[in-house]
Amino acid sequence: MPKLIINDVEHDVPDGITLIQACDLVGVEIARFCFHERLSIAGNCRMCLVEIAGMPKPVASCAMSVNDLRPGRDGTLPTIMTESPTAKKAREGTLEFLLINHPLDCPICDQGGECDLQDQTMAYGYDAGRFQDNKRAVEDKYLGPLIKTCMTRCIHCTRCVRFMTEVAGVDELGAIGRGEDTEITTYLEHGMRSNLSGNVVDLCPVGALTSKPYAYIARPWELDKTPSIDVMDALGSAIRVDARGREVLRILPRINDAINEEWISDKARHVCDGLRTQRLDQPYVRRNGKLEPASWDEAFGVIAEKLKGLDGARFAAIAGDLPAAEEMFALKQLAEQIGSPNIDCRQDGAKLDPGLGRATYLFNTTIAGIDNADAFLLIGTDPRVEAPLLNARIHTRWRKAEQRLPIGLIGTEADLTYGYDYLGAGPETLAEIADGSHAFVKTLKDVKHPMVIVGQAALARPDGAAVLALAAKAAKTIGALNSDWNGFNVLHDAAARVAGLDLGFVPGKKGLDVEAILDAAGKGDMDVIYLLGTDEIDMDRLGDAFVIYQGSHGDRGAHRADVILPGAAYTEKDGTYVNTEGRAQMTARAIFPPGDAREDWTILRALSAVLGKTLPFDSLQDLRARMYEAHPNLALLDFIEPSDAATITKLASKPAKTGMGHFDLRIEDYYFSNPVARASSIMVSLRAMHADGSEKATGTDG
Amino acid sequence: MSIRRLAAEQPEGFAFTSANLEWAEAQIKKYPEGRQASAVLSLLWRAQEQIGGWLPEPALRYVADMLDMAYIRVYELVTFYTMFNLAPVGRYYVQVCGTTPCMLRGAEDIKDTCRKFIGEKDRVNDDGMFSWTEVECLGACVNAPMAQINNYYYEDLTPEKFESLLKRLRAGKDVEPGPQDGRQTSAPAGGPNTLTDPELYANDPSGPEPGSAGTTVIATEAKRPASKREKRPR
Repeated sequence: MPKLIINDVEHDVPDGITLIQACDLVGVEIARFCFHERLSIAGNCRMCLVEIAGMPKPVASCAMSVNDLRPGRDGTLPTIMTESPTAKKAREGTLEFLLINHPLDCPICDQGGECDLQDQTMAYGYDAGRFQDNKRAVEDKYLGPLIKTCMTRCIHCTRCVRFMTEVAGVDELGAIGRGEDTEITTYLEHGMRSNLSGNVVDLCPVGALTSKPYAYIARPWELDKTPSIDVMDALGSAIRVDARGREVLRILPRINDAINEEWISDKARHVCDGLRTQRLDQPYVRRNGKLEPASWDEAFGVIAEKLKGLDGARFAAIAGDLPAAEEMFALKQLAEQIGSPNIDCRQDGAKLDPGLGRATYLFNTTIAGIDNADAFLLIGTDPRVEAPLLNARIHTRWRKAEQRLPIGLIGTEADLTYGYDYLGAGPETLAEIADGSHAFVKTLKDVKHPMVIVGQAALARPDGAAVLALAAKAAKTIGALNSDWNGFNVLHDAAARVAGLDLGFVPGKKGLDVEAILDAAGKGDMDVIYLLGTDEIDMDRLGDAFVIYQGSHGDRGAHRADVILPGAAYTEKDGTYVNTEGRAQMTARAIFPPGDAREDWTILRALSAVLGKTLPFDSLQDLRARMYEAHPNLALLDFIEPSDAATITKLASKPAKTGMGHFDLRIEDYYFSNPVARASSIMVSLRAMHADGSEKATGTDG
Repeated sequence: MSIRRLAAEQPEGFAFTSANLEWAEAQIKKYPEGRQASAVLSLLWRAQEQIGGWLPEPALRYVADMLDMAYIRVYELVTFYTMFNLAPVGRYYVQVCGTTPCMLRGAEDIKDTCRKFIGEKDRVNDDGMFSWTEVECLGACVNAPMAQINNYYYEDLTPEKFESLLKRLRAGKDVEPGPQDGRQTSAPAGGPNTLTDPELYANDPSGPEPGSAGTTVIATEAKRPASKREKRPR
């Protein structure tokens, strides 16, 4: 622990950090543009200059390690002065140089109000520039449909370049030219091929990279900011929903080191325009084969008539990928009241069984645990698509590894941004790993903390349960199950799934699962099917069943429905979601649902009253009290119960008779994987760009 | 210096000749496993030599693929280093030094000669024989003003000498590189003016013969090993 004197106060600071971090720790703020804690050190903006006693010149504090400082000749501790006349003058000089080539266009710049340069100019700027010559002008670059560029504003901090290379894992951005002619661009200005590219907008300390869809929409001080949780994947990334009036204008990441650090995927960030379009804003009832607007009473009346005297076995409920725990709990209760055991939250048909224990369907190592892992076995998963930030963590782990990190993939080959060994396509290879005969197992001899990550593609198959057991066996074989390390992980891609499994939203005694429900519906054995935000099943298989769709978007489910009950999207309700680690988190209402749409649990409560089977709660608090009573883990917000490795060991001992065939890609159409995304025009242009690079012609290049 | 962009017109593709490919593979082998990208500058330089003084876009991708690098990384390099030309150059690529010592000794006149004889800066002239550009200090200040033509320095220029030099190059005649005013490399222009006293060498058997300082020094200089002279062109 080196001792330092920072601004006349003596401090002990940790080893191995830089001076700027030490100053941050003790509460002394130093201005910076290029330094970022999660990126490598560049030291090129020179804004963080400080004076160090005995040093002839000011020192860039971001690039100076606290361990490299020497005491004074008289034995005094290294003395750092951040506010001395020299330090201040150095920073003022740096800023004046930066402003020489920076346009004074703050009034028309989208960064205005949240601009590092603007803020620091208030602190260190002169009142007038002394520069008399022409300013530099730089051509704007095309970087895809998400990022608007105004490259004249760029101060060359290279944060964006470092982010894309180090975190996103793609060498897309670079700094071309030199000196005054330096420019940030992609190779020949193609759009950035990464689903994390939107983060460079947050990183840019000036207005050079701004959000294209959000251009000229609002100023930051006009927005109501609501901390919430993302539902585009099952990680539950922390987001901030910025709304004005009744519209969500943008979504930004919040810092949560346990999950998303401070990044979010492009889908989570830019899906917000999908919250405005294709919305269900009033109930509909199908009359004479045509959906017609109706009142809530009419819609409930039609449902009540259909359900009157119905045998519970002829009713089924399927929950989709986006509903919160509250409405799934309410729907489960309603189904119980109706007497139906046919409920399922696994619309993809994944063979996960809450009866086997919670650890069998969770990401037990936790996302932060990836940083400690020293080997990976990916089974039927493409984490880059299913959970982009989780993939970024693996990439970071891979990049920082001193030796080659053993990573094996069983399934479909994909570009994961890091090197891996392709082991095989399906259960046969997994069986070889499980019995230890595969060559990959031998490379894991010295690893202490291997991780097995099972994707949904491996489980959403007829032999999914056997694959799960086999994966547990493989985990045991490679030594992933110890008393202090549970390396068995199931990676979900639907935000609602884990909460559904926690709630036991799975078939009861003699109940049918999704596959069986659809089969029964096709044969005419199922009369009423309740879809709670369920859009990813094959609607043609529903046959002649009477379909109730409750959800936020007019998508596949609503098109097939006989009654539509308009619900709220994730930004419009307080809902509990459990992420793939088993961490319960809550979204918060940022805006109200549009038109007559209501929060989902209230719809189910109102419907139950019309059916004469009133659910026993009148407020969200009531509902939650009951839910927490039955499922206490949902009450532990932002907490992970230590997982039980014994459950996995037990699972591993189950006989596993798997089928053949390879594990497919789980999400083939990443930008279209849920109803909100399908309603988003930005997702459409992203999809076009990633499909064939023809995005420039779609007119989104504003 | 100015903003450097890839040329508007690009050839279809690029590949090393078999000799160059063999050479390139040997270069790559110099570096330890996983560090092959270190060979990028030498490979790019060889590619530029093969094409005739410039780097087309397909060559960037070819070298990047060969070294398993991202295209943008190679693009960064070739735009950073000004010795990589991104647009075609003439058969004789004239780089006139315009930095202070040369400028004070008349580099502006040399540039005027270029404009008159070749044409606009950074443009290949009509017959494709010449193009010229201004560069920063080439480190031959003693012999200012000077210019580099392809791989050789031509020093102590005057506009007249330079023009006749360019004319001889165009005519395919032999042009001796080095000082164009008869001076011995960077020795004093009018011959040696120090250490000229023969007495100095009286007791030094390795030195020149007594009484033959000056010119003899130049003469011994001139008898440098033949191998060094062989490298000169034409």
